[in-house]
Amino acid sequence: MTGLLRTSIEEQFSDIWLEGELSNIRAPGSGHIYCTLKDKTSQIRAVLFRSSALKLRFALQEGMQVIVRGRLTVYELRGEYQIVLDTVEPKGVGALQLAFEQLKERLAAEGLFDQDRKKPIPAFPRTVGVVTSLTGAAIRDILAVLRRRWPTLHVLIAPVQVQGESAGRQIAEALAALNDWGFVDVIIVGRGGGSLEDLWSFNEEVVVRAIAASHVPVVSAVGHEIDVTLADFAADLRAPTPSAAAEAVVPVLAEIVERLRELTLRMGQMMLRHCAFERQRLDAGIRGVTDVRFRLQDAAQRTDDMVDRLRELLQRLLTSGRERVHEAQRDLSGLNPILAIKQGLATVPQFSKRLEGQMGTILAQHRHRVHAMLAQLNTLSPLAVLGRGYSILQTVPAGQVLHRASDVEVGQELEAQLASGRLHCRVTRIVDDSSV
Amino acid sequence: MAAVKFEQAMARLEAIVGELEKSDLPLDESLRIFEEGIRLSKNCLKILEEAEHKVEVLVQDKNGKKRIHAFSADDESDEPSA
Repeated sequence: MTGLLRTSIEEQFSDIWLEGELSNIRAPGSGHIYCTLKDKTSQIRAVLFRSSALKLRFALQEGMQVIVRGRLTVYELRGEYQIVLDTVEPKGVGALQLAFEQLKERLAAEGLFDQDRKKPIPAFPRTVGVVTSLTGAAIRDILAVLRRRWPTLHVLIAPVQVQGESAGRQIAEALAALNDWGFVDVIIVGRGGGSLEDLWSFNEEVVVRAIAASHVPVVSAVGHEIDVTLADFAADLRAPTPSAAAEAVVPVLAEIVERLRELTLRMGQMMLRHCAFERQRLDAGIRGVTDVRFRLQDAAQRTDDMVDRLRELLQRLLTSGRERVHEAQRDLSGLNPILAIKQGLATVPQFSKRLEGQMGTILAQHRHRVHAMLAQLNTLSPLAVLGRGYSILQTVPAGQVLHRASDVEVGQELEAQLASGRLHCRVTRIVDDSSV
Repeated sequence: MAAVKFEQAMARLEAIVGELEKSDLPLDESLRIFEEGIRLSKNCLKILEEAEHKVEVLVQDKNGKKRIHAFSADDESDEPSA
Protein backbone atom coordinates (compact mmCIF):
# COMPACT_ATOMS: atom_id res chain seq x y z
CA MET A 1 0.00 0.00 0.00
CA THR A 2 2.81 2.33 0.94
CA GLY A 3 4.42 1.55 -2.37
CA LEU A 4 1.20 2.39 -4.18
CA LEU A 5 0.79 5.63 -2.29
CA ARG A 6 4.38 6.51 -3.02
CA THR A 7 4.01 6.06 -6.74
CA SER A 8 0.82 8.06 -6.71
CA ILE A 9 2.26 10.91 -4.64
CA GLU A 10 5.48 11.07 -6.64
CA GLU A 11 3.50 11.30 -9.85
CA GLN A 12 1.19 14.01 -8.58
CA PHE A 13 3.75 16.15 -6.70
CA SER A 14 6.87 15.82 -8.81
CA ASP A 15 7.73 19.54 -8.81
CA ILE A 16 6.37 21.74 -6.06
CA TRP A 17 7.23 25.04 -4.39
CA LEU A 18 6.75 25.58 -0.69
CA GLU A 19 7.32 28.46 1.63
CA GLY A 20 7.90 28.08 5.36
CA GLU A 21 10.14 28.24 8.37
CA LEU A 22 12.99 25.80 8.95
CA SER A 23 13.14 23.83 12.20
CA ASN A 24 14.67 20.65 13.61
CA ILE A 25 17.64 20.94 11.28
CA ARG A 26 19.92 17.90 11.50
CA ALA A 27 23.10 17.38 9.45
CA PRO A 28 24.59 13.96 10.21
CA GLY A 29 27.92 12.77 8.80
CA SER A 30 26.34 11.44 5.62
CA GLY A 31 26.12 14.94 4.22
CA HIS A 32 22.34 14.80 3.88
CA ILE A 33 20.39 17.48 5.73
CA TYR A 34 17.07 16.74 7.43
CA CYS A 35 14.66 19.35 8.66
CA THR A 36 11.06 20.25 9.14
CA LEU A 37 9.32 22.94 7.13
CA LYS A 38 6.40 24.55 8.86
CA ASP A 39 4.00 27.43 8.79
CA LYS A 40 1.41 28.52 11.34
CA THR A 41 -0.95 25.64 10.69
CA SER A 42 1.01 22.75 9.24
CA GLN A 43 4.39 21.10 8.85
CA ILE A 44 6.18 18.64 6.57
CA ARG A 45 9.41 16.71 6.85
CA ALA A 46 12.10 17.66 4.34
CA VAL A 47 15.37 16.15 3.23
CA LEU A 48 18.22 17.75 1.29
CA PHE A 49 20.39 15.00 -0.13
CA ARG A 50 24.16 15.45 -0.16
CA SER A 51 24.42 16.40 -3.83
CA SER A 52 21.94 19.24 -3.35
CA ALA A 53 23.28 20.19 0.07
CA LEU A 54 26.77 20.79 -1.45
CA LYS A 55 25.30 23.40 -3.77
CA LEU A 56 24.00 25.41 -0.86
CA ARG A 57 25.98 28.61 -0.51
CA PHE A 58 24.62 29.60 2.86
CA ALA A 59 24.03 27.70 6.08
CA LEU A 60 20.50 26.62 6.97
CA GLN A 61 19.47 28.07 10.30
CA GLU A 62 16.60 27.38 12.69
CA GLY A 63 13.68 29.75 12.15
CA MET A 64 14.95 30.86 8.74
CA GLN A 65 12.14 31.73 6.28
CA VAL A 66 12.78 29.87 3.04
CA ILE A 67 11.28 29.13 -0.32
CA VAL A 68 12.01 25.57 -1.44
CA ARG A 69 11.53 23.58 -4.59
CA GLY A 70 11.34 19.79 -4.66
CA ARG A 71 9.24 16.68 -5.07
CA LEU A 72 7.11 14.76 -2.65
CA THR A 73 7.94 11.16 -1.82
CA VAL A 74 7.18 8.54 0.83
CA TYR A 75 9.82 7.16 3.12
CA GLU A 76 8.56 3.61 3.14
CA LEU A 77 10.54 2.45 6.16
CA ARG A 78 8.56 4.79 8.38
CA GLY A 79 5.52 5.24 6.25
CA GLU A 80 5.99 8.99 6.28
CA TYR A 81 5.76 11.36 3.36
CA GLN A 82 8.37 14.03 2.93
CA ILE A 83 9.67 16.56 0.46
CA VAL A 84 13.00 15.95 -1.22
CA LEU A 85 14.51 19.41 -1.73
CA ASP A 86 16.36 20.50 -4.87
CA THR A 87 16.90 24.13 -3.98
CA VAL A 88 16.49 26.23 -0.89
CA GLU A 89 16.39 30.02 -1.20
CA PRO A 90 16.24 32.37 1.74
CA LYS A 91 13.11 34.51 1.65
CA GLY A 92 13.63 38.23 1.20
CA VAL A 93 17.39 38.28 0.51
CA GLY A 94 19.30 36.42 -2.19
CA ALA A 95 21.11 33.22 -1.33
CA LEU A 96 24.48 34.73 -2.22
CA GLN A 97 23.83 37.79 -0.13
CA LEU A 98 22.91 35.64 2.83
CA ALA A 99 25.95 33.41 2.35
CA PHE A 100 28.12 36.51 2.19
CA GLU A 101 26.73 37.87 5.44
CA GLN A 102 26.99 34.53 7.21
CA LEU A 103 30.59 33.88 6.17
CA LYS A 104 31.59 37.47 6.86
CA GLU A 105 30.22 37.22 10.38
CA ARG A 106 31.92 33.90 11.04
CA LEU A 107 35.35 34.91 9.70
CA ALA A 108 35.16 38.30 11.40
CA ALA A 109 34.53 36.49 14.68
CA GLU A 110 37.75 34.55 14.03
CA GLY A 111 39.58 37.85 13.68
CA LEU A 112 40.54 37.36 10.03
CA PHE A 113 39.55 40.92 9.17
CA ASP A 114 41.16 42.61 12.18
CA GLN A 115 43.01 45.82 11.46
CA ASP A 116 46.03 44.78 13.54
CA ARG A 117 46.58 41.81 11.21
CA LYS A 118 47.16 44.12 8.27
CA LYS A 119 50.72 44.16 6.98
CA PRO A 120 52.25 47.33 5.58
CA ILE A 121 52.63 47.46 1.80
CA PRO A 122 56.35 47.82 0.95
CA ALA A 123 57.21 51.21 -0.52
CA PHE A 124 59.62 49.86 -3.15
CA PRO A 125 58.74 46.31 -4.20
CA ARG A 126 61.20 44.63 -6.50
CA THR A 127 58.92 41.77 -7.46
CA VAL A 128 55.15 42.06 -7.63
CA GLY A 129 53.07 38.88 -7.68
CA VAL A 130 49.76 38.92 -9.52
CA VAL A 131 46.99 36.36 -9.03
CA THR A 132 44.43 36.74 -11.77
CA SER A 133 43.35 35.36 -15.12
CA LEU A 134 45.69 35.70 -18.07
CA THR A 135 42.71 36.32 -20.33
CA GLY A 136 40.96 39.10 -18.46
CA ALA A 137 41.16 42.85 -18.78
CA ALA A 138 42.58 42.97 -15.24
CA ILE A 139 46.01 41.56 -16.14
CA ARG A 140 46.38 43.94 -19.10
CA ASP A 141 45.44 46.94 -16.94
CA ILE A 142 47.78 45.87 -14.15
CA LEU A 143 50.75 45.21 -16.44
CA ALA A 144 50.23 48.50 -18.29
CA VAL A 145 50.14 50.55 -15.09
CA LEU A 146 53.10 48.73 -13.50
CA ARG A 147 55.16 49.16 -16.64
CA ARG A 148 54.34 52.83 -16.88
CA ARG A 149 55.18 53.61 -13.26
CA TRP A 150 58.20 51.39 -12.67
CA PRO A 151 59.58 50.20 -16.02
CA THR A 152 62.18 47.87 -14.47
CA LEU A 153 59.79 45.96 -12.22
CA HIS A 154 59.80 42.19 -12.00
CA VAL A 155 56.25 40.84 -12.26
CA LEU A 156 55.41 37.24 -11.47
CA ILE A 157 51.95 36.15 -12.55
CA ALA A 158 50.27 33.11 -11.02
CA PRO A 159 47.48 32.48 -13.53
CA VAL A 160 44.09 31.29 -12.24
CA GLN A 161 40.51 31.08 -13.29
CA VAL A 162 38.65 33.90 -11.62
CA GLN A 163 35.18 32.44 -11.86
CA GLY A 164 33.64 29.00 -11.87
CA GLU A 165 33.71 26.12 -9.48
CA SER A 166 37.47 25.60 -9.16
CA ALA A 167 38.38 29.31 -9.18
CA GLY A 168 38.40 29.69 -5.40
CA ARG A 169 40.75 26.76 -4.88
CA GLN A 170 43.03 27.93 -7.69
CA ILE A 171 43.25 31.44 -6.26
CA ALA A 172 44.09 30.05 -2.81
CA GLU A 173 46.78 27.77 -4.28
CA ALA A 174 48.27 30.57 -6.34
CA LEU A 175 48.54 32.78 -3.25
CA ALA A 176 50.33 29.97 -1.42
CA ALA A 177 52.63 29.33 -4.40
CA LEU A 178 53.69 32.99 -4.62
CA ASN A 179 54.33 32.96 -0.87
CA ASP A 180 56.47 29.82 -1.25
CA TRP A 181 58.44 31.33 -4.10
CA GLY A 182 60.13 33.61 -1.60
CA PHE A 183 61.09 36.62 -3.72
CA VAL A 184 57.70 38.27 -3.97
CA ASP A 185 57.35 41.56 -2.10
CA VAL A 186 53.63 42.19 -2.59
CA ILE A 187 50.74 40.34 -4.26
CA ILE A 188 47.84 41.77 -6.22
CA VAL A 189 44.85 39.43 -6.31
CA GLY A 190 41.76 40.28 -8.30
CA ARG A 191 39.80 40.39 -11.49
CA GLY A 192 37.81 42.82 -13.60
CA GLY A 193 34.17 43.69 -13.11
CA GLY A 194 31.29 41.24 -13.35
CA SER A 195 28.04 40.17 -11.76
CA LEU A 196 27.78 39.19 -8.11
CA GLU A 197 27.96 35.55 -9.27
CA ASP A 198 31.05 36.26 -11.40
CA LEU A 199 32.85 37.77 -8.43
CA TRP A 200 31.70 35.02 -6.08
CA SER A 201 35.04 33.20 -5.96
CA PHE A 202 36.47 36.14 -4.06
CA ASN A 203 33.89 35.56 -1.33
CA GLU A 204 34.85 31.92 -0.85
CA GLU A 205 36.18 30.90 2.49
CA VAL A 206 39.25 29.20 1.02
CA VAL A 207 40.26 32.44 -0.74
CA VAL A 208 39.66 34.60 2.31
CA ARG A 209 41.73 32.24 4.46
CA ALA A 210 44.56 32.12 1.89
CA ILE A 211 44.73 35.91 1.84
CA ALA A 212 44.72 36.10 5.63
CA ALA A 213 47.44 33.42 5.81
CA SER A 214 49.72 35.13 3.26
CA HIS A 215 53.04 36.28 4.69
CA VAL A 216 53.46 38.56 1.70
CA PRO A 217 51.23 41.64 1.87
CA VAL A 218 48.14 41.26 -0.33
CA VAL A 219 46.32 44.00 -2.24
CA SER A 220 42.85 43.01 -3.39
CA ALA A 221 41.33 44.41 -6.56
CA VAL A 222 38.02 42.81 -7.37
CA GLY A 223 35.65 44.27 -9.93
CA HIS A 224 34.77 47.93 -9.69
CA GLU A 225 34.72 50.47 -6.94
CA ILE A 226 31.26 49.42 -5.76
CA ASP A 227 32.03 45.70 -5.56
CA VAL A 228 33.07 44.63 -2.09
CA THR A 229 34.10 41.04 -1.48
CA LEU A 230 35.31 39.15 1.57
CA ALA A 231 38.73 39.02 -0.09
CA ASP A 232 38.77 42.81 0.27
CA PHE A 233 38.14 42.52 4.01
CA ALA A 234 40.99 40.05 4.47
CA ALA A 235 43.47 41.87 2.24
CA ASP A 236 46.09 44.19 3.68
CA LEU A 237 44.91 46.86 1.28
CA ARG A 238 41.76 47.05 -0.80
CA ALA A 239 42.09 48.72 -4.17
CA PRO A 240 38.89 49.71 -5.97
CA THR A 241 40.10 48.36 -9.34
CA PRO A 242 43.03 46.32 -10.73
CA SER A 243 44.59 49.50 -12.19
CA ALA A 244 44.32 51.20 -8.81
CA ALA A 245 45.99 48.19 -7.19
CA ALA A 246 48.93 48.50 -9.58
CA GLU A 247 49.20 52.19 -8.74
CA ALA A 248 49.08 51.41 -5.04
CA VAL A 249 51.94 48.90 -5.07
CA VAL A 250 54.64 50.78 -6.99
CA PRO A 251 55.72 54.41 -6.93
CA VAL A 252 56.74 56.21 -10.12
CA LEU A 253 60.38 55.32 -10.79
CA ALA A 254 61.13 58.68 -12.39
CA GLU A 255 59.95 60.43 -9.24
CA ILE A 256 62.11 58.23 -7.03
CA VAL A 257 65.17 58.84 -9.20
CA GLU A 258 64.44 62.57 -9.03
CA ARG A 259 64.04 62.38 -5.26
CA LEU A 260 67.34 60.54 -4.94
CA ARG A 261 69.04 63.13 -7.13
CA GLU A 262 67.55 65.99 -5.12
CA LEU A 263 68.57 64.46 -1.78
CA THR A 264 72.11 63.90 -2.99
CA LEU A 265 72.33 67.44 -4.35
CA ARG A 266 70.97 68.97 -1.14
CA MET A 267 73.40 66.88 0.89
CA GLY A 268 76.31 68.24 -1.17
CA GLN A 269 75.06 71.82 -0.87
CA MET A 270 74.69 71.50 2.89
CA MET A 271 78.20 70.10 3.17
CA LEU A 272 79.68 72.88 1.04
CA ARG A 273 77.88 75.47 3.16
CA HIS A 274 79.12 73.89 6.33
CA CYS A 275 82.70 73.81 5.02
CA ALA A 276 82.51 77.46 3.95
CA PHE A 277 81.17 78.38 7.37
CA GLU A 278 83.94 76.51 9.16
CA ARG A 279 86.48 78.08 6.84
CA GLN A 280 85.17 81.51 7.79
CA ARG A 281 85.44 80.68 11.44
CA LEU A 282 88.95 79.40 10.96
CA ASP A 283 89.92 82.61 9.16
CA ALA A 284 88.40 84.65 11.99
CA GLY A 285 90.37 82.55 14.46
CA ILE A 286 93.61 83.09 12.58
CA ARG A 287 92.88 86.83 12.47
CA GLY A 288 92.28 86.77 16.22
CA VAL A 289 95.60 85.08 16.86
CA THR A 290 97.37 87.55 14.58
CA ASP A 291 95.71 90.45 16.38
CA VAL A 292 97.08 89.32 19.73
CA ARG A 293 100.55 88.98 18.27
CA PHE A 294 100.34 92.45 16.77
CA ARG A 295 99.19 93.90 20.04
CA LEU A 296 101.97 92.28 21.97
CA GLN A 297 104.48 93.56 19.43
CA ASP A 298 102.88 96.97 19.71
CA ALA A 299 103.16 96.92 23.48
CA ALA A 300 106.77 95.86 23.21
CA GLN A 301 107.50 98.66 20.79
CA ARG A 302 105.83 101.16 23.04
CA THR A 303 107.92 99.95 25.93
CA ASP A 304 111.03 100.37 23.83
CA ASP A 305 109.90 103.87 22.86
CA MET A 306 109.34 104.76 26.47
CA VAL A 307 112.74 103.50 27.45
CA ASP A 308 114.27 105.53 24.62
CA ARG A 309 112.38 108.65 25.61
CA LEU A 310 113.37 108.11 29.20
CA ARG A 311 117.01 107.86 28.15
CA GLU A 312 116.69 111.05 26.16
CA LEU A 313 115.06 112.80 29.07
CA LEU A 314 117.83 111.67 31.39
CA GLN A 315 120.42 112.67 28.85
CA ARG A 316 118.87 116.12 28.71
CA LEU A 317 118.74 116.35 32.51
CA LEU A 318 122.33 115.25 32.72
CA THR A 319 123.37 117.69 30.04
CA SER A 320 121.56 120.61 31.62
CA GLY A 321 123.06 119.61 34.98
CA ARG A 322 126.51 119.68 33.46
CA GLU A 323 125.77 123.03 31.86
CA ARG A 324 124.71 124.35 35.21
CA VAL A 325 127.97 123.03 36.65
CA HIS A 326 129.88 124.77 33.92
CA GLU A 327 127.93 127.97 34.52
CA ALA A 328 128.66 127.73 38.18
CA GLN A 329 132.28 127.14 37.36
CA ARG A 330 132.23 130.16 35.08
CA ASP A 331 130.51 132.26 37.76
CA LEU A 332 132.96 131.09 40.32
CA SER A 333 135.98 131.51 38.17
CA GLY A 334 135.79 135.26 38.49
CA LEU A 335 136.15 135.02 42.22
CA ASN A 336 138.41 132.22 43.01
CA PRO A 337 138.79 130.00 40.10
CA ILE A 338 140.66 127.33 41.92
CA LEU A 339 138.22 127.26 44.76
CA ALA A 340 135.36 127.42 42.39
CA ILE A 341 136.81 124.61 40.34
CA LYS A 342 137.36 122.57 43.44
CA GLN A 343 133.83 123.20 44.56
CA GLY A 344 132.53 122.50 41.12
CA LEU A 345 134.47 119.33 40.88
CA ALA A 346 133.12 118.30 44.22
CA THR A 347 129.46 118.91 43.22
CA VAL A 348 129.54 117.26 39.84
CA PRO A 349 129.81 113.69 41.04
CA GLN A 350 127.27 114.37 43.73
CA PHE A 351 124.89 115.85 41.22
CA SER A 352 125.51 113.09 38.76
CA LYS A 353 124.87 110.56 41.46
CA ARG A 354 121.54 112.19 42.33
CA LEU A 355 120.59 112.33 38.71
CA GLU A 356 121.46 108.72 38.21
CA GLY A 357 119.41 107.84 41.28
CA GLN A 358 116.43 109.70 39.87
CA MET A 359 116.79 108.07 36.50
CA GLY A 360 116.83 104.68 38.15
CA THR A 361 113.64 105.46 40.03
CA ILE A 362 111.87 106.71 36.92
CA LEU A 363 113.01 103.71 34.91
CA ALA A 364 111.85 101.38 37.68
CA GLN A 365 108.48 103.11 37.77
CA HIS A 366 108.04 102.77 34.04
CA ARG A 367 109.10 99.14 34.11
CA HIS A 368 106.60 98.54 36.82
CA ARG A 369 103.84 100.11 34.79
CA VAL A 370 104.69 98.05 31.74
CA HIS A 371 104.69 94.89 33.85
CA ALA A 372 101.36 95.84 35.37
CA MET A 373 99.94 96.34 31.88
CA LEU A 374 101.16 92.94 30.74
CA ALA A 375 99.81 91.32 33.91
CA GLN A 376 96.46 92.93 33.30
CA LEU A 377 96.51 91.59 29.75
CA ASN A 378 97.19 88.11 31.05
CA THR A 379 94.58 88.11 33.76
CA LEU A 380 91.72 89.15 31.51
CA SER A 381 89.04 86.43 31.46
CA PRO A 382 90.06 83.89 28.82
CA LEU A 383 86.42 83.38 27.82
CA ALA A 384 85.90 87.06 27.25
CA VAL A 385 89.08 87.09 25.26
CA LEU A 386 87.91 84.08 23.26
CA GLY A 387 84.58 85.79 22.70
CA ARG A 388 86.43 88.64 21.09
CA GLY A 389 87.86 86.24 18.58
CA TYR A 390 91.04 85.08 20.33
CA SER A 391 91.92 81.50 21.06
CA ILE A 392 93.86 79.57 23.63
CA LEU A 393 96.62 77.35 22.36
CA GLN A 394 97.18 74.18 24.29
CA THR A 395 99.55 71.30 23.89
CA VAL A 396 98.11 67.90 22.98
CA PRO A 397 97.49 65.78 24.97
CA ALA A 398 98.88 67.48 28.12
CA GLY A 399 96.58 70.45 27.70
CA GLN A 400 99.23 72.93 28.80
CA VAL A 401 98.40 76.52 27.87
CA LEU A 402 101.14 78.01 25.70
CA HIS A 403 102.81 81.32 26.47
CA ARG A 404 106.05 81.16 24.57
CA ALA A 405 106.76 80.04 21.06
CA SER A 406 109.92 78.46 22.44
CA ASP A 407 107.75 76.09 24.49
CA VAL A 408 106.79 74.10 21.42
CA GLU A 409 108.61 72.26 18.71
CA VAL A 410 108.04 72.21 15.00
CA GLY A 411 105.66 69.38 14.14
CA GLN A 412 104.04 69.36 17.56
CA GLU A 413 100.25 69.06 17.65
CA LEU A 414 98.37 71.87 19.31
CA GLU A 415 94.73 72.45 20.01
CA ALA A 416 93.24 75.89 19.62
CA GLN A 417 90.22 76.54 21.79
CA LEU A 418 87.93 79.00 20.04
CA ALA A 419 84.87 80.62 21.57
CA SER A 420 82.94 77.81 19.88
CA GLY A 421 84.71 74.60 19.04
CA ARG A 422 88.33 73.57 18.75
CA LEU A 423 90.86 73.39 16.00
CA HIS A 424 93.62 70.86 15.75
CA CYS A 425 96.80 72.46 14.46
CA ARG A 426 100.35 71.47 13.76
CA VAL A 427 103.32 73.79 14.33
CA THR A 428 105.06 74.42 11.05
CA ARG A 429 107.43 77.24 12.07
CA ILE A 430 108.51 78.90 15.29
CA VAL A 431 109.24 82.62 15.37
CA ASP A 432 111.05 83.19 18.62
CA ASP A 433 110.22 86.82 19.16
CA SER A 434 111.78 86.99 22.63
CA SER A 435 111.66 90.77 22.87
CA VAL A 436 107.95 90.46 23.70
CA MET B 1 65.58 41.75 0.50
CA ALA B 2 66.58 44.47 -1.94
CA ALA B 3 63.21 46.18 -1.63
CA VAL B 4 63.61 46.56 2.11
CA LYS B 5 67.25 47.62 1.75
CA PHE B 6 66.26 50.33 -0.71
CA GLU B 7 63.46 51.59 1.51
CA GLN B 8 65.79 51.77 4.52
CA ALA B 9 68.52 53.45 2.50
CA MET B 10 66.12 56.12 1.23
CA ALA B 11 64.82 56.72 4.75
CA ARG B 12 68.37 57.06 6.12
CA LEU B 13 69.28 59.41 3.28
CA GLU B 14 66.32 61.64 4.12
CA ALA B 15 67.41 61.63 7.76
CA ILE B 16 70.98 62.58 6.85
CA VAL B 17 69.86 65.50 4.70
CA GLY B 18 67.67 66.63 7.61
CA GLU B 19 70.64 66.41 10.00
CA LEU B 20 72.89 68.37 7.67
CA GLU B 21 70.22 71.02 7.19
CA LYS B 22 69.90 71.54 10.94
CA SER B 23 73.60 72.45 10.74
CA ASP B 24 74.33 72.13 14.43
CA LEU B 25 76.79 69.28 13.93
CA PRO B 26 80.53 69.64 14.30
CA LEU B 27 82.36 69.53 11.00
CA ASP B 28 83.83 66.06 11.48
CA GLU B 29 80.42 64.57 12.30
CA SER B 30 78.90 66.35 9.27
CA LEU B 31 81.63 64.89 7.09
CA ARG B 32 81.05 61.43 8.52
CA ILE B 33 77.31 61.37 7.76
CA PHE B 34 77.87 63.11 4.44
CA GLU B 35 80.16 60.25 3.41
CA GLU B 36 77.55 57.76 4.60
CA GLY B 37 74.92 59.63 2.57
CA ILE B 38 77.00 59.53 -0.58
CA ARG B 39 77.48 55.79 -0.11
CA LEU B 40 73.73 55.29 0.36
CA SER B 41 72.93 57.43 -2.65
CA LYS B 42 75.29 55.37 -4.82
CA ASN B 43 73.84 52.10 -3.50
CA CYS B 44 70.28 53.25 -4.15
CA LEU B 45 71.13 54.22 -7.69
CA LYS B 46 72.86 50.87 -8.17
CA ILE B 47 69.77 48.99 -6.94
CA LEU B 48 67.59 51.01 -9.33
CA GLU B 49 69.93 50.39 -12.23
CA GLU B 50 70.34 46.70 -11.53
CA ALA B 51 66.62 45.94 -11.75
CA GLU B 52 65.45 44.55 -15.04
CA HIS B 53 61.95 44.53 -16.42
CA LYS B 54 60.60 41.00 -16.52
CA VAL B 55 57.10 39.61 -16.65
CA GLU B 56 57.00 35.92 -15.84
CA VAL B 57 54.37 33.32 -15.25
CA LEU B 58 54.48 30.87 -12.36
CA VAL B 59 52.83 27.60 -13.22
CA GLN B 60 52.36 24.41 -11.32
CA ASP B 61 52.23 21.06 -13.13
CA LYS B 62 50.10 18.12 -12.07
CA ASN B 63 52.77 16.85 -9.66
CA GLY B 64 52.70 20.20 -7.89
CA LYS B 65 56.09 21.12 -9.30
CA LYS B 66 56.44 24.84 -9.94
CA ARG B 67 58.23 26.41 -12.84
CA ILE B 68 58.55 29.87 -14.32
CA HIS B 69 58.43 30.98 -17.90
CA ALA B 70 58.43 34.37 -19.55
CA PHE B 71 55.05 35.96 -20.13
CA SER B 72 54.07 36.46 -23.73
CA ALA B 73 50.93 37.27 -25.63
CA ASP B 74 50.48 33.52 -26.21
CA ASP B 75 49.81 33.05 -22.51
CA GLU B 76 46.52 34.78 -22.89
CA SER B 77 45.04 31.69 -24.50
CA ASP B 78 46.82 29.38 -22.09
CA GLU B 79 44.36 29.00 -19.24
CA PRO B 80 45.55 26.53 -16.64
CA SER B 81 43.62 23.32 -16.46
CA ALA B 82 41.57 23.02 -13.27
